Amino acid sequence: MTTKQVPVISFQNISKDYITGTQTYQALKDISFDIYKNEFVAIMGPSGSGKSTTMHIMGALDNATDGQYFLKGKDITEYDEDALAEIRNREIGFIFQSFNLLPRTSVLKNVERPMMYADIPPDQRKDKALRSLKLVGLEEKAENLSNHISGGQIQRVAIARALVMNPSIILADEPTGNLDSKTAHTIMDFFQELNRQGNTIVLITHEDDIAAYAKRVIRLHDGTIKSDTINSDKTHANR
Amino acid sequence: MQIGELFITALGALRSNILRTLLTMLGIIIGIAAVILIISLGQGATKAITDQISSFGTNLVIIFPGSLSQGPSGTAGVKTLTVADAEAILNTNPSLNIQSVSPVVTRSFQVVANGQKVNSSIQGVAESYAAIQTISTTQGTFVTADNVSGLSRVAVLGYQVAIDLFGEGSEVVGQIVKIDNRSFRVIGVADQKGASGFVNPDDYIYVPYTTAMKVLLGQDFVQTILVETKNTNIIDQTMEDIRSLLITRHKIADGADPDFSLRSSKDALSTLGTVTGLLTSLLAGIAAISLVVGGIGIMNIMLVTVTERTKEVGLLKALGAKRRDILLQFLIESVVLTVSGGAIGIAIGVGATYGITKVANIPFIVSPSSLALAVGVSTIVGLIFGIYPAKKAADLQPIDALRYE
Repeated sequence: MTTKQVPVISFQNISKDYITGTQTYQALKDISFDIYKNEFVAIMGPSGSGKSTTMHIMGALDNATDGQYFLKGKDITEYDEDALAEIRNREIGFIFQSFNLLPRTSVLKNVERPMMYADIPPDQRKDKALRSLKLVGLEEKAENLSNHISGGQIQRVAIARALVMNPSIILADEPTGNLDSKTAHTIMDFFQELNRQGNTIVLITHEDDIAAYAKRVIRLHDGTIKSDTINSDKTHANR
Repeated sequence: MQIGELFITALGALRSNILRTLLTMLGIIIGIAAVILIISLGQGATKAITDQISSFGTNLVIIFPGSLSQGPSGTAGVKTLTVADAEAILNTNPSLNIQSVSPVVTRSFQVVANGQKVNSSIQGVAESYAAIQTISTTQGTFVTADNVSGLSRVAVLGYQVAIDLFGEGSEVVGQIVKIDNRSFRVIGVADQKGASGFVNPDDYIYVPYTTAMKVLLGQDFVQTILVETKNTNIIDQTMEDIRSLLITRHKIADGADPDFSLRSSKDALSTLGTVTGLLTSLLAGIAAISLVVGGIGIMNIMLVTVTERTKEVGLLKALGAKRRDILLQFLIESVVLTVSGGAIGIAIGVGATYGITKVANIPFIVSPSSLALAVGVSTIVGLIFGIYPAKKAADLQPIDALRYE
């Protein structure tokens, strides 16, 4: 790299302890890594490796016990609850494994929700939400209730919602965990396409064939980074 | 997020489970309906009675024998009031501001005429009674001064008595009625007054008090003396004057209980107001308890809702909802719940009031203040019992909420 680029995400000596009773459990032990714009990173590891904790801290859902977390160069380690809520709202697009959409609510309203918290006026919200739904090819489902669409469609709506605030990173936590393998691969193709369009994507997964879609794979084990490699897997190269 | 949007969101959430929403609101619906019904019926009944009392005139003073402080039994059979007392009140002191005075004696007798038999309350009255009680006649005349001084055996029939004895629309003046087997000539029929409380003047027969005392009752005392003052403003002063006059006449020692008592229709109105007011607030208080119970029901369901929707709260927080957004969302939901319950309760309460007032023939009054009270109370119940569940939801940590199964 010739010019010094500011990483979108920078973990500096991050540790996370969980205290249960008298026991202290160290979920993350002094881990550091940077993620730059337009990267597509998969964070892998077996359960208990600390990948969920990494996701929580990265997604501003939780604070680190130790170390510093820089988001676009800003240290947000000490941000309070409301400031973190604003970070989540503007900088991070979440896609979860399950329970992505509000039940009994239309697809459109689901996509509009983050904009409601950002106080964007209703008419602009609708335009942006429809544009975002068009990106995932679901604009004709806008008025459907969220519980009346298929699992693959739900994940695509979640992606549309994650994109709608134009966040710095898209944080996907096992986004294909509840899908059949064919649908899962369609969704992963879509993530690759988003990445090609310039989005920065962080993917949490324990499945190798899903991680294979990413350009870079960080493997965690017992709260430490076991490996951080550029993906040479054919899946990525071929698609 | 705007409050208006939160209301729409809350309505959507409540509509999505309409049966539970209705069941949750039931306590509030019943409570508010009961409060509206009780307050409205109380006001209607009070108005019905006060109208009746007012129609007798608010410048009326009634003198009873015996002391009211001895309780109702104190007045029964007490023989301390006389015709002379009535005359003294009217004549002795012109400054008493008295318009007119009528002694009244009364007892029920069997009355026979035209082959019909009825029981009627016979009122022995003076000619001034008609003016004091605003009685006019549909046929003939009322008792005259000559009737009184001449101890005439004449009778004025109450509206219903005339119908019961002679049939509707009959000419009855000149007919003979037998009261306690003594013949009286009918000289008139009083107009229809309608019942008020336990008394119905339409069932009365009026005769001269002199005749009643001498021929029917054989007594030299009177049951009550009615006094009409010249206007309402001077009624308190007049009552004082009458009191001291009678104390002197009856030779009551200083500080001793007088052997008579005075009541004004104004007193009766204020007593009535106190009693019905007390009764209404008592019943409304009982109804208010059901509102508290309804509120607890709402808190209970809202707590269940928060638990059920823990993952939803987690998701909303992940999407950028602040503590305040979640707090307001749940708080507004419980307020919308209680206020819509209140609105349904108002509709039911007003409807029931309308039905009952039609059947019971009392005025239909729904005061705006009772409606405002209902809306206010249901909002406050929603706020008070909604704040704890809402706070519980708002305090959820995003990761705990997201992980919740």
